[in-house]
Amino acid sequence: MRQIRAEIGAVSKADGSAIFEMGNTKVIAAVYGPREVQNRSQQMSDQTLVRCEYSMANFSTGDRMRKPKGGDRRSTEISLVIRQTVEACILTHLMPRSQIDIYVQVLQADGGTRSACINAATLAFADAGIPMRDLVTSCSVGYLHSTPLLDLNYVEHSAGGPDVTVGILPKLDKVTLLQMDSKLPIDILENVMQLSTEGCKAIANYIREILLENAKQLEYRRGV
Amino acid sequence: MREIQLQLSQTQKVRLQKALEHLESLSSKVNSDASVTIADSIPVNHEDGVLKGHGTADLEGEVVATLCGVVERVNKLVYVRTLRSRYKPEVGDIVIGRVIEVAQKRWRLDINYSQNAYLMLSAMNMPDGVQRRRTALDELNMRCIFEEADVICAEVRGFQQDGLHLQARSQKYGKLSTGQLITVTPYLVKRQKQHFHHLEQYGIDLIIGCNGFIWVGEHVEVRDDMVEDQVSQSDPQVLIPNKNSVSLEEQEKNYTALETRKHICRAANAVRVLSTLGFIITLEIIKGVIDLSLSMNLDIHDMLGSEFCVLVAEKEAERRSSNKKKR
Repeated sequence: MRQIRAEIGAVSKADGSAIFEMGNTKVIAAVYGPREVQNRSQQMSDQTLVRCEYSMANFSTGDRMRKPKGGDRRSTEISLVIRQTVEACILTHLMPRSQIDIYVQVLQADGGTRSACINAATLAFADAGIPMRDLVTSCSVGYLHSTPLLDLNYVEHSAGGPDVTVGILPKLDKVTLLQMDSKLPIDILENVMQLSTEGCKAIANYIREILLENAKQLEYRRGV
Repeated sequence: MREIQLQLSQTQKVRLQKALEHLESLSSKVNSDASVTIADSIPVNHEDGVLKGHGTADLEGEVVATLCGVVERVNKLVYVRTLRSRYKPEVGDIVIGRVIEVAQKRWRLDINYSQNAYLMLSAMNMPDGVQRRRTALDELNMRCIFEEADVICAEVRGFQQDGLHLQARSQKYGKLSTGQLITVTPYLVKRQKQHFHHLEQYGIDLIIGCNGFIWVGEHVEVRDDMVEDQVSQSDPQVLIPNKNSVSLEEQEKNYTALETRKHICRAANAVRVLSTLGFIITLEIIKGVIDLSLSMNLDIHDMLGSEFCVLVAEKEAERRSSNKKKR
C-alpha cells in the first residue's frame, strides 16, 4: 500500500473537512451539516437527507481536463457510490428534517481516487460530529501477473488488469462497497477480498489515531 | 490534527508550541484518557446497570462510541460529548440568531442548529409594550419589527411539532443593532448563569449566545416593561418601513461615538483571537485579552496578527497554571 497521510480541518468554514493522500492521489472533502433542508419537497421527517458531489479539479490529471457539457457521467456515478456508502454508515435517524452535504474534490489523481474520497469523507464526517456506526474505509486491489496488488496507482491501473474497489466497516466486519472493472477469475476473488480487507483495516487504524489525536488536542486547548 | 491557521515565523512557532504543550500538561489527566473515536469501545463496569446516553451504541453487549469526543460519566449515565458539532439546544438557553424569512405570524431564524428556529409573533413583546392579542394588522406590520438579515437575541422555548421555538418576552431580548456578530464553534461557550455582560469601562454590551454566536455592541439601556404601560396608545396603522429616508436628526441621534466603536472592534477582535486558538470564551478571558492589547498599545488590526495570538496563548497558559495552583 502506498504512503497515506491525512489532515483534518482544511476548510475552516465547513462543519467538518479533511484532506486525504494515498501516494500521489490527493483528495479534499468538506461536510456541511446537519442543516436546514434547502428543498422542502425532499425533506424526510424521520431521517436526514444526504447529498454528495464528487468532482475532479481540471489540474488533477496529467493533461488539463475539459469538463463535458452534459454533466460528467463518471462524476455522477462516483457521487452516487460515495453517497450510498456513507449513508449506510451514518445514523440518519438521529437528525430528522435536516440535510447533510458532502463535497469531495480530487486535487491530484494517481489511481484510487474513489477510495481516497471515501476515506476523506469518513474523516470529514467524524470532524463534523455526525454520529456514525463505524468508520468506512476503502481500498482498491488489482490482479496483475498472477499476483494480487494492493492500492493501484495510475500506471498499474492502465496495465489493463481488473480493479476491485472495496469499502468496509472495519469493526463490524461488513462490506458496504464492492465494485469491479474488467474480468477476474472467481477463485481469485477470495484472495483479493482478503488482501483488500487487510488494507482497509490498516487505513482504519491510521484514521483512528488521527481522530484521537485531534480530539485530545481540541479538548486540552479548550480547557475547562 | 486541526492546525491553527496562522502565518507564524520560526520563533513564533516555537513559542506557540511551548505554550500549547504547557496547556496540555495542565489539562486533567482524566479527560485526556477519556478521549474516544468512532467505534472505540467504552470501558464500563457491566455489573452496575449502565445507561447509554448520546453518542453511544450497543454492539454485542459492549458499549461503543458513535462520535469522536470525550466520554463523560454522571452516576450511571455514560455519554460522549462531541467537540466540533453544531449547537444542541436546551430549554432556557440564550441564543442569538439571524432572520432568514418573514413567514405567516412567525420569523424563521438561523441559529447554527440542524434546523431553522421559529420565533412566533405571539412569543414577543409588542413594540408599544401593551399586552394584547395580535391582530391581522400586527401580522402585516411584522416587517417593521424584524426584517431579513436582522440579528435577534432570544431564549429557547422548546421543541414544538414543526421545529424549535424561541421566545423574546423581555426587554433584554429583541433586535440587536450597532455592533458586530461573531460566530465561533458552540463548544467554546459554556452554559453559565449570566450571558448578558455590560463592560462599563468601555461602554459596550457583550452577549455570549449558547449557540456560538457572540454579539458585541453599543450599550443599550434596558427599560423595564412593567413600569411604563401608559405610553401613547395611538391607533395602530399600517406602517411602511422606510429605511432609506432616515432624517438628519435621527441620524445624529443614532450616531455612535468613535471611542465606543473602537472598543467594539477591540472586543470583537479579542473574541476572534480566542476562537482561532480554540480557547474557551468567558467574560474574564475576554477582558484579559482586551486589557493585554490595551497595555501593549496595540492597534486594533494588529490584534489579529500572529504575534498577538502567540502572546494570548502564553498568557492563557499562565492564567490556567495560576488557577490550578490556587486550587
